[in-house]
Amino acid sequence: MSILVDKNTRLVVQGITGNEGLFHTHSMLAYGTNVVAGTRPGKGGEWVLDGKIPVFDSVKIAVEATEANTSIIFVPARNASDAILESADAGIKLIVCITEGVPVQDMMKVRNYLDQKLVRLVGPNCPGLLTPGAAKVGIIPGDIAIPGNIGVVSRSGTLTYEVLYALKLVGKGVSTCVGIGGDPINGTNFIDCLSLFEEDPHTEDVVLIGEIGGSDEEKAAEFISDRMTKRVVAFIAGQTAPPGKRMGHAGAIVEGGSGLAVDKINALQSAGVRVAKHPEQIPSLLT
Amino acid sequence: MKLHEYQSKQIFSRYGIPIPKGRIATTAQEAAQIAEELGNRVVIKAQVLVGGRGKAGGIRLAKTPKEAAEMSTQILAMDIKGLPVRKVLVDEAAQIDNEIYLGITNDRAARKPVMMASAAGGVDIEEVARESPEKIVKIYIDPLLGLRDYQSWDIAAGIDLPREHWRAFGQIARGLWDAYVACDATLAEINPLVITADNRLLAVDGKMVIDDNALFRHPDLGEMRDLDVEAASEIEARKYGLSYIKLDGNIGCMVNGAGLAMTTMDIIKLFGGEPANFLDIGGGAGEDKVAAALRIILSDPNVKAVLLNVFGGITRGDEVARGILAALREVQTVVPMVIRLVGTNAEEGRQILADANMITANTLAEAAQKSIAAANA
Repeated sequence: MSILVDKNTRLVVQGITGNEGLFHTHSMLAYGTNVVAGTRPGKGGEWVLDGKIPVFDSVKIAVEATEANTSIIFVPARNASDAILESADAGIKLIVCITEGVPVQDMMKVRNYLDQKLVRLVGPNCPGLLTPGAAKVGIIPGDIAIPGNIGVVSRSGTLTYEVLYALKLVGKGVSTCVGIGGDPINGTNFIDCLSLFEEDPHTEDVVLIGEIGGSDEEKAAEFISDRMTKRVVAFIAGQTAPPGKRMGHAGAIVEGGSGLAVDKINALQSAGVRVAKHPEQIPSLLT
Repeated sequence: MKLHEYQSKQIFSRYGIPIPKGRIATTAQEAAQIAEELGNRVVIKAQVLVGGRGKAGGIRLAKTPKEAAEMSTQILAMDIKGLPVRKVLVDEAAQIDNEIYLGITNDRAARKPVMMASAAGGVDIEEVARESPEKIVKIYIDPLLGLRDYQSWDIAAGIDLPREHWRAFGQIARGLWDAYVACDATLAEINPLVITADNRLLAVDGKMVIDDNALFRHPDLGEMRDLDVEAASEIEARKYGLSYIKLDGNIGCMVNGAGLAMTTMDIIKLFGGEPANFLDIGGGAGEDKVAAALRIILSDPNVKAVLLNVFGGITRGDEVARGILAALREVQTVVPMVIRLVGTNAEEGRQILADANMITANTLAEAAQKSIAAANA
């Protein structure tokens, strides 16, 4: 039914005692996600959320005690790269980093370290993952999507919600939604997700939501044309963005004439992808 | 965040990169005095954060202190591409035999820093990259290992640098790498790195861009920010944790989330309108944040309508609606507001706003069309 997260997910929340960590752990639990532990150095032995979730001093200890296989990170930006490395070294296989504002040189080091290990990072600066009806590992509102066979992959947060909601309004459901994040250096890219959706027997169509900056959409277009049998439709944000300005996301910037929305749209269309003029049009491209 | 040439070169100098003797001046008298002290021909260079200073007349060669004063007077009175010149750098003029480009930047696709060099220095490197990419040598650096000496030699050989300069070049490449790492730069470049008539390597011009997300560990660099390059409204927005960029249209936008904010601008344009700004209010939408955002949007006299588009997740629709009403009590305005709330508690939010006689919309397309109509009314 899904990729990356499902009923087998055993989640540890890094930074569970903070406001964000507590709030979203509560909402993930309410959705039915199997949250097994939280961490906060110095608070090991405590329990949160009315004694439902045990807190450990480190991810390593949490994994030993609970067999957690997935982690989600809500720690401040200055500690985020450390939190990612901690999870990777504790044997976690899927790390989801929600934190925004991680310095890019930190991320280059982290990414080059993770590439030497069998571990997947989603994010940073992302809304996480949602497999409707099974698991929510992130901050995507659970009630805006229903289970189904459309895979969604996006660089945005609320823009993704728009698309999920537009699909729900016409009764279309989602296998898994992956928010890969808006940073220039991230863990999982479009091609990784397209490839997983292509292999997932329960995903029939894929929606790709890109934006200005970098060349990941162009590479995705190449992959779609060479390797995908499933239908892909897309939307690209930022056609009206002025060059040289960072549009909120650290990675959303047109630099030296590259990263333009029009180039991404052209590349995707050349690969046979139908590109929506605005997000509410996406459901009609999937009929 | 961009640093000025003089700031970048001071940092380079701390990491062992040779730079010309010189100092910064804010008046013609200071410039003349520096020229006097240097006792030689000097270059007067406008310090503005924009390319094309030379073509605009912002870089001049002065033979005497008197000339230095005259030229500084002229340059300090200039506006270059809309930016006022407040400082000039007075540098000893170098006798230049050859100009090289040397820079480090982040390569997004490779996820590594890349060091680039070219024997065709002194010109816009992006132009060289477009027109004759074979003239640029690139070396990718493993961020966990750092720049290795053999990589410097590969670059020196790649640009046919005479062997007598390799040792000095290696030190400069190392210094540039160290400065790039120590300052959390996203760009550190020397252009040109010159070979002087007396056979020395000298960093005549320099440029650094610092990662805004890393400024928390560089308060000293944060203080170097030049506020001239940003609109006053953009500076004000940063104080409230809002991400705002001014544009030229007449429809103000207030949106939660960067991707959705860009999309809102795009859809206004798609239906024939022009967005006045990008504005991401971020997560949560408390009263004070909404009020600040509204004040900033309305400070632009071109704004004839405001489109507020909020997709509630964690942010609740009724909370946003109350925030808007409270903000409007504080920021009195006759500019029409079109409001679209979706998601958590959106219905309650819409009701609150409808009772207050505000224009509401259900879909993004409807919101865009209504705001265009309101702006043109």
